[in-house]
Amino acid sequence: MNKRYLVLENGSIYEGEGFGATQSVAGELVFTTGMTGYQEAITDKSYLGQMIVFTYPLIGNYGINDADYESDKPAASAIITADIAEHPSNWRSKMSLREWAEVMALPGITGVDTRALTKELREFGTMTGVLVDNPSDVAVNAPASLPVADAYQPTTVYKSDVSDVQVALIDFGLKNSIIRALNDRGVTVTVLSPDAAVTDILAGNPDGILLSNGPGDPNAFVDMIPKIQQLQEVKPLFGICLGHQLFAMANGADTYKMKFGHRGFNHAVRDLTSQRTDFTSQNHGYAVAKDSLQDTDLIVTHEDINDGTVEGVRLRNHAAFSVQFHPDAAPGPHDATYLFDEFVTLMRQEKAGVMQ
Amino acid sequence: MTKRCDIHKILVIGSGPIVVGQAAEFDYSGSQAAIALKEEGYEVVLVNSNPATIMTDKETADKVYIEPLTLASLQTIIQQEKPDALLPTLGGQTGLNMAKELAESGILDEYNVELIGTKLSAIEAAEDREQFRDLMTELGEPVPASAIAVTVAEAVQFADVQGYPVIVRPAYTLGGSGGGIAQNEAELVQITQHGLDLSPVTQVLIEESIAGYKEIEFEVMRDTKDNALIVASMENFDPVGIHTGDSIVVAPVQTLSDVDYQMLRDAALKIIRALDIAGGVNIQMALAPDSDKYAIIEVNPRVSRSSALASKATGYPIAKMAAKIAVGLSLDEIKNPVTETTLADFEPALDYVIVKIPRWPFDKFKTANRQLGTQMKATGEVMAIGRNLEEALLKAIRSLEIGVTGLNDVQYEEWATSELLAHLWPARDDRLFMLAELLRRGVTPTELHDATKIDNYFLDKLVNIVTLAQQLQQAPGDSTMLALAKRRGFADATIAELWQWTSDDVWQLRIDHDIKPVYKMVDTVAGEFDAVTPYYYATYGKENEARVTQRPSVLVIGSGPIRIGQGVEFDYATVHAVKAIQSAGYEAIVMNSNPETVSTDFSISDKLYFEPLTFEDVREVVALEQPVGVIVQFGGQTAINLAADLEKHGINILGTSVADLNRAEDRASFNQVIEKLQLPQPIGQTATTVKEAVKIAKSIGYPVLVRPSYVLGGRAMEIVTNEAALADYMSRAVAVSHDHPVLIDQYVVGMEAELDVLSDGETVVTPGVMEHIEPAGIHSGDSMSVYPPQVLSESRQAKMIAAATALARELQIVGLLNVQFVIQDDTAYVIEVNPRASRTVPFISKVTDVPLAQLATQVMLGTKLADLGYQDGVQQVPTTVAVKAPVFSFSKLPGVTQLLGPEMKSTGEAMGRAETFDVALYKAFTSAGIKVPATPGVAVLLTDDDQEAVALELAFVNAGFKTRRQCERVEQGDVLIDTRKIPVASPQADQQMTLWHDAMNKQLPVFTSAATAYAFLQAYQSQNE
Repeated sequence: MNKRYLVLENGSIYEGEGFGATQSVAGELVFTTGMTGYQEAITDKSYLGQMIVFTYPLIGNYGINDADYESDKPAASAIITADIAEHPSNWRSKMSLREWAEVMALPGITGVDTRALTKELREFGTMTGVLVDNPSDVAVNAPASLPVADAYQPTTVYKSDVSDVQVALIDFGLKNSIIRALNDRGVTVTVLSPDAAVTDILAGNPDGILLSNGPGDPNAFVDMIPKIQQLQEVKPLFGICLGHQLFAMANGADTYKMKFGHRGFNHAVRDLTSQRTDFTSQNHGYAVAKDSLQDTDLIVTHEDINDGTVEGVRLRNHAAFSVQFHPDAAPGPHDATYLFDEFVTLMRQEKAGVMQ
Repeated sequence: MTKRCDIHKILVIGSGPIVVGQAAEFDYSGSQAAIALKEEGYEVVLVNSNPATIMTDKETADKVYIEPLTLASLQTIIQQEKPDALLPTLGGQTGLNMAKELAESGILDEYNVELIGTKLSAIEAAEDREQFRDLMTELGEPVPASAIAVTVAEAVQFADVQGYPVIVRPAYTLGGSGGGIAQNEAELVQITQHGLDLSPVTQVLIEESIAGYKEIEFEVMRDTKDNALIVASMENFDPVGIHTGDSIVVAPVQTLSDVDYQMLRDAALKIIRALDIAGGVNIQMALAPDSDKYAIIEVNPRVSRSSALASKATGYPIAKMAAKIAVGLSLDEIKNPVTETTLADFEPALDYVIVKIPRWPFDKFKTANRQLGTQMKATGEVMAIGRNLEEALLKAIRSLEIGVTGLNDVQYEEWATSELLAHLWPARDDRLFMLAELLRRGVTPTELHDATKIDNYFLDKLVNIVTLAQQLQQAPGDSTMLALAKRRGFADATIAELWQWTSDDVWQLRIDHDIKPVYKMVDTVAGEFDAVTPYYYATYGKENEARVTQRPSVLVIGSGPIRIGQGVEFDYATVHAVKAIQSAGYEAIVMNSNPETVSTDFSISDKLYFEPLTFEDVREVVALEQPVGVIVQFGGQTAINLAADLEKHGINILGTSVADLNRAEDRASFNQVIEKLQLPQPIGQTATTVKEAVKIAKSIGYPVLVRPSYVLGGRAMEIVTNEAALADYMSRAVAVSHDHPVLIDQYVVGMEAELDVLSDGETVVTPGVMEHIEPAGIHSGDSMSVYPPQVLSESRQAKMIAAATALARELQIVGLLNVQFVIQDDTAYVIEVNPRASRTVPFISKVTDVPLAQLATQVMLGTKLADLGYQDGVQQVPTTVAVKAPVFSFSKLPGVTQLLGPEMKSTGEAMGRAETFDVALYKAFTSAGIKVPATPGVAVLLTDDDQEAVALELAFVNAGFKTRRQCERVEQGDVLIDTRKIPVASPQADQQMTLWHDAMNKQLPVFTSAATAYAFLQAYQSQNE
């Protein structure tokens, strides 16, 4: 048994068995409560540089397959589990989680009391941790820096077979499922990096702008704010997760770091228009401050039914809106996929010259 | 708030007596619903015929009727109570069918009673096979190819086109009763005929077999605002083909990727929205193991066994929420009772894994067909919680109380590998242990998968357990291996067996190395939010979450899975004990392993430990909680059997001392008690060899009653009439030895009666004497029982009360004592004592209004009965008569003889209460599901004893019946009275069984004791009173 240790910022030590890559690694510890979808989560760039604690103890049951990637490699810096499956079983499985972690150089630790760890993170708030061979030679005060810069791909076009509209998608660390959701609806997607200038973004005359999800603090992207202000005046705009936070900031709102964030997919969100609640896939450590919306032109459209977190906003007199959760799911429930339909409808209406 | 203010009084119908397919889960759902509705300020009227339930406690609702669940009886109640609404979906299929009958008959309209919750049209759309198929087609949801058949020919025609195997599912039957898989035309004809006979609408569904698919279940909730959610997903260890009630079930799903899971979730939500459900629903689906093909199997538009399991598995109280939804509340305005800070509109996230294993009655029914299929056979189930699947599985196995501590059931060691392989398919109840034995012999998981289609993921977990056991065996005393084994759920007893140590030695090694369990909370939110649920399970990990409070506590041991001989009555007693403990100012802690029951609802006690009821598991909870004492009198034989070990390890047993419990249960010491008190007792002796048994029987004189010592519900007890039969019994039923002696008693012919007494060591209170209708020789649990006695004279009753009182004093009973007598001439022979709460506690408590279990608890905690105003002897005589009738599940258990004897066979009980004995009998029969005809029919009399036949004939003819003394086939209107004692495994016995089945299929009354037949006649005649 390859004993390894997870040492927390507050000094707590969790013992377990290492798997995958064997290097020492540091990162922000976050927990997710989803009981399925570990492959999607690990490859979701919103988790970039973070160490994911899975609250569900049995991880790897159905292996790793070729399809369920949200990006081409693990984004998380390490994974922490209670029990991994050595012999997965699923018709799409290509290899076990352990094998994949080795191939992908992803460090992991299993046999951890992840419930105790989760409760600690809940109580102390998000913390930094290190995964090491020896718990005594640790200096945990080095905060994990988020490797934002290497998260982007060069401008790439993803064509839909029956495309009638096209979207410029600003990539802050996007999930493949956003492209899939758009392609499935007849939308051709041009992915651009956050560095792209407004002129570049509008160069192909897109029918709409989508601000993607991404890791970390939205304040890392303040350069985007003036660009969003220009874009929302000329094109329908939709923001998801980090994109939602930037959209809100561009219209005068503030964001804050949550104590331990929302990660999982049993978070019920109320659509304040229909009053219906939907279960949404969420992965965010920052949120839009409700108080800061006063005196802005933003209207809250969605909120978390439990803690009242702002989960969606709309800009008055504009075809522009955003949500904090992931309507693209993957992993998670499909309850909110209607938002893509709304966005596409909006673009088609605009394109056809229909006045709002 | 959307709560309905236009309704005030709500009627809730229960599920009646416990039968296979409809058990304690509806006591749980019914009581939860009543509590929830009362919480919201509604007046609740409850009807159920089952006295052994918490649901029928007068505190549960504003008004409780223990009355037959028939149209006539419900009409009377509705007329009297004038409820505004009826909530039909919480009383199982029985309650739902009753509500439908009430609606269809126009009674609801007549009295202006609104059906609340899911609408009747939606229920019909889900339950009617054709409507359901149409709806699925409309929604584009796949269903297996199928056809409705109302004749055998139609079924055969479908199979000719579709090919075999096909599945037959009768419409509207309990627990899929009467269904099956047909491999060929002959089987199809037989199963279809049976199914058509059982179906109240004479309709079966013939379906393409999707055997081998993964069986997936979702528990879904929806409110009238269209908020919909998945409470739990479950995956069956056994693939499609075995009734889910007979399947090992794991929660949440294990082998589904998020893509698979979301695909099925979408389908489930689409269906419940299309059905316009308001409340809880169970959806069963099949998923192909090698593609994303799936099929919807069925939708149960009501609270079910699965929803009880899902509630316990997640902490999400489905029945309570369903009741609140029915009165207009929406999920996003109801608080999640687990966190008390978040709302009920969420999907529980688990951070543990659940394993459920059914509990089958085949330990009692040796001749029954053990093959599993679409017709459920289990009487109960256990659930276990762990942080890995091996742990949860092993905990579940030891919760079953079937004499094994893990996967190591030695009986299969004798079997040839070929024999084991041959028994893998079709599956039997004990397949799990066969799989383990085969793995130990080196058969590969692939071979096992090919034979069973059980997913490799699950088989791999069995491999892990088997391999770990083999490694352990090689390393006695290795503490690292020990820690590993404990993490994977191995019991100390299993490890002890592998190391040839004692369990105490293993425990000591654990303590030396600080390998102790921790307790984790079931909080519905995987730790994301702070929760207040006092609901815990044991595992091996870093942090213990169970906080021991400052308040002194008392631990009550529950009764484990429902099985024949140990039913819901013990759960009733457990819950009452909790209430008494709490009112005495202590913290009440419950330990139990049964997900169906009220006692495992976390809101009942101050703390619930959902754990196996073995010595090790109890000892660990005691070590943590340090209760002032443990109560073992309410958990049936399960709890009593733990007493000696607990005491030996210095744990305080409240109530009657362990020494006295032993004096009551150990034959030799009990004989001394009887001799000292000079009480009459049938002559009896203990044999430890076959030779000795023969000698003893000879000296007593045949017939004799034989049984192993320390038995539950008369297991393996028989009346033996000659030496050959005795020899046969000794070879067949028991392995006699010095450790396992056999008791041989004189069989005294006479009337039987029993009583429960309550004692504090000084005062001995007798709520009342219960007189049995059937003579001695028939197990008390299978006898009809009457209170107050109708036949026994005052003086004989006084003798019994005096004897029971003397016994209670001599045995220094503190708590309850059940004493059974057989009365011959003027002598009341003591035939059995149980130093604990017995099966009759709820019945006698309800009819005498003496809350026995609560008083017994108070007494155990030191209160004196005199201080509560009780005196020695019998309490006041009531003005009504109550009759308790046993209820059987023979139609679900082919191969089981209906002939009653000392071995208990009933699964539940019903009660009838009235001003007169005759009417009480009528109600009791009716409640037990035996239709008393309005006009005389034909009594078919088949007896060994001509005198008995003549007497019966006379009685029935006098009542206007015709009689028949020969019979090939029964007809509608017949009453079958067949008391012939035909040796098993003879052609005549097979014929008899066929005849009984024929009668059952036609839903005719069948009696195997003349006494029951006379009582039936009396009930019939009561209609003219």
